[in-house]
Amino acid sequence: MNTLINFPISLIVLSSGFILILLGLWGMLTQRHLIRIIIGFSLMDTGIHMVMVSIGYVTGGTAPIINNAVPMSEATNLVVDPVPSALVLTAIVIGLGVTAVMLSFAVRIYKTHKTLMIDKLTESKW
Amino acid sequence: MIKRMFIFMMLALMAIIFFNLVANYTENTSLSKLAHYYVEKGPQEIGAPNLVTAVVVTYRGLDTLGEVTVLFISAAGVGLLLRRKQRKHNNQQQKKSAKETVIKQKSSSEIVETATELLLPMIILFGVYVFINGHLSPGGGFQGGAIIASGTMFLLLALPESHISRLLIAITESLSGFSYVVIGVLGVVMAGGFLDNRFISSGTYGNLFSAGAIPLIYTFVGLKVGFELSAVLDRFRKESNDEEDDPV
Repeated sequence: MNTLINFPISLIVLSSGFILILLGLWGMLTQRHLIRIIIGFSLMDTGIHMVMVSIGYVTGGTAPIINNAVPMSEATNLVVDPVPSALVLTAIVIGLGVTAVMLSFAVRIYKTHKTLMIDKLTESKW
Repeated sequence: MIKRMFIFMMLALMAIIFFNLVANYTENTSLSKLAHYYVEKGPQEIGAPNLVTAVVVTYRGLDTLGEVTVLFISAAGVGLLLRRKQRKHNNQQQKKSAKETVIKQKSSSEIVETATELLLPMIILFGVYVFINGHLSPGGGFQGGAIIASGTMFLLLALPESHISRLLIAITESLSGFSYVVIGVLGVVMAGGFLDNRFISSGTYGNLFSAGAIPLIYTFVGLKVGFELSAVLDRFRKESNDEEDDPV
């Protein structure tokens, strides 16, 4: 409980990331419309990015860019972890690519079946 | 009903796990060992003030190459899934339907057209600025590429009848991907390893032309990402045009 009283700033990002993951998962599991499932996936993706960014946060740290405010000699005490940021940078682009592929699948399914409700798509059901 | 129960139970269990993670969370007060090394040695070894760029382009350059490949494959996948069945239509029908779409689409107003002509070069220039300055300031190839693609999106929304050359996209994309790998191999031959940026002299620290090959690499990544995303947008645009007058 002690951490909740001190309330570190990255806890907001962390908990909202987890909430987004749960929301997205709920959407993916309960919704019957393909576009809504894709939206759920995007929400979960964003939540994971937020969790990863918040893990890299260091108390009082700033962006890992060396300039007048962050001199090279003191940089190790002033900046946040650059590794999760770099990871999220690439993960965002991957998420975009995956979403684009999912949407084009949805377009194809709509073209062939004239529906986006997964209850009507029974041939791949076991 | 039992399905709903399972979903609810699973979500509740995950919520418990997440709650425990959040409750036991303590903020880091110092960098991890790896990050400490990157922050301490990065500016001297790589010569890039932006440490995220140093990690993305050089220390973890191979991952970035793989990631660009993933993006390429997803763009190719979209292209494959949304390809038009040209063989089924004969040419005349194609022409006729193309004409119909042109007539059907309401042309944009004078204001929109003029604003597009004024703003589009600036958006693309800003994208180029972002990816060339990736080693100095926040930004880089992926962000710059996304800005260029947003320019394409703007063009497609404002002037829907505009034509984007698929050949130009294919050539630019392949050439920049190829050059990226060539730079990586040059790093093996002339410097310490694959995608080592130090085979070009690192220049004055903090200048635009510094940090060895990082501006070059980010330029290629930016062009590749920008054109790939533009191709994806163009595919979806073509698809929606087909949908309007497709009798199938």
